[in-house]
Amino acid sequence: MDNAIVRTLRGLGEKVTSRVWRLGYASRFFLAIILHSGTSLRRINLTIREIYFTGVLSLIIILVSGMFVGMVLGLQGYDTLQRYGSTEALGVLVSLSLVRELGPVVAALLFASRAGSAITAEIGMMKATEQLSAMEMMAVDPIARVVAPRFWGGVISMPLLAALFSAMGIFGGYLVGVQLIGVDEGSFWSQMQASVDFREDILNGVIKSFVFGVIVSWVAVFEGYDAEPTAEGVSGATTRTVVTSSLAILAADFVLTAFMFTGL
Amino acid sequence: MSQEPLVEIRDLNFTYDSRPVLTGINMTIPRGKVVAVMGSSGCGKTTTLRLIGGQLKPTSGSVKVGGQMVHELSGDGLYALRRRMGMLFQFGALFTDMSVYDNIAFQMREHTDLPEKVIRDLVMMKLHAVGLRGAHDLMPAELSGGMARRVALARAVALDPMLIMYDEPFAGLDPISLSIIGELIRKLNDVLGASSVVVTHDVQESLKIVDYVYFVSAGKIVAEGTAEEIKRSKVPYVHQFVWGEADGPVPFQYPARPYGEELMERAGRRG
Repeated sequence: MDNAIVRTLRGLGEKVTSRVWRLGYASRFFLAIILHSGTSLRRINLTIREIYFTGVLSLIIILVSGMFVGMVLGLQGYDTLQRYGSTEALGVLVSLSLVRELGPVVAALLFASRAGSAITAEIGMMKATEQLSAMEMMAVDPIARVVAPRFWGGVISMPLLAALFSAMGIFGGYLVGVQLIGVDEGSFWSQMQASVDFREDILNGVIKSFVFGVIVSWVAVFEGYDAEPTAEGVSGATTRTVVTSSLAILAADFVLTAFMFTGL
Repeated sequence: MSQEPLVEIRDLNFTYDSRPVLTGINMTIPRGKVVAVMGSSGCGKTTTLRLIGGQLKPTSGSVKVGGQMVHELSGDGLYALRRRMGMLFQFGALFTDMSVYDNIAFQMREHTDLPEKVIRDLVMMKLHAVGLRGAHDLMPAELSGGMARRVALARAVALDPMLIMYDEPFAGLDPISLSIIGELIRKLNDVLGASSVVVTHDVQESLKIVDYVYFVSAGKIVAEGTAEEIKRSKVPYVHQFVWGEADGPVPFQYPARPYGEELMERAGRRG
């Protein structure tokens, strides 16, 4: 009986310490990326290439999803607003939901599964096939040459993708609300213009998506670099990237929203 | 040229997770020579290469390359030393997102300010040396195993290194590619005036090209000598290895309990 308790406690302790150790390792890794970012900025082509792979290639999924989310918001928003006879506020509802919340969050979740997983798999495979080791032996630092450009590529792409997601969403809301259902076009746009504040709404949304970009890119490059150099190791790391970054995005969203919009 | 050997390993011990991998290794790689480190898989050969390249630090003892203690160098010092080393990895480790051309140009672009025209000439020279000038615009996925190994070889000598390290250069190659790689190792070493360390378990191919051999077993050097001395060696392990005998000092069976005991126990359990 005693032994079972001791074993359970020991197992629990080991799990906790290994998690804390890994968090510490990830933090040191983050610091190393920042310190070795010179190359990504000096040789901007390296970063632009990654923006293409992570950002541009994610455009289709982001734009199409943005459109659908906006269209659903148009339908749902109209249904709720008409109960209060204020359907002309549909533009405000759609735009604020997207710019403040859905744009950054949903775009980041999609980005984590589309680009984050790809980054992890790529770096993990480079490790498994000794490409990172070969680079080190050629006196080229893989953190500066491989990891940092991918990190910055992700960080730069994220706010741009979130902005495009929101724009497409608003357009989707317009299509459904104005063109399909028949809400007054003038009030749809003018109320939106009057109610959406640049600093309060748009800038906060951009800050959110920037933070999410850092989270997804950090998790993705870390999991890839830390992956076991085997097929199972890389597949496990890819899954962890999507799970960890999605949870971290939602948790960070709560914290950021609490500070930004409720005056905490 | 100085007569001091290029690589000197003295009383080297290396322990991984409190498991001794290398014990009391003494090794010398003279300038201009091709030295082989042989032994069965998992005996610590690749670890020796990683210690020479500074990717691992010895638990005790010293590794000296070109007069510098590798494990005492700072990060920048180590990178400066590595620029004068070339390494061929077991499966080539070519950068899969770059063409053959870009793979070979990689170090030149990273470490020099040479204009692209000069880089092009240098890349073509290296590719010509390994017979693959015509394959410069292929991607690594389009190459056969033997071709990939030759490209990796061209990349390893891209900056004319003083020391070239080969990790299992013959593994998984067909007989033609095997002798091409063997010849190239010897030729590149002599033409570049470099020194080479070849870690391998391919006895017949490597004995044709090397000047000196170290035999490693269970982390210790059990024999050393020229190719001829190794072929004639009476050391049981070396004899078994060179002549490829299935049983000998390296047993066929993985250590286990007596067979009879194990069978009895199973029979007992079933009964």
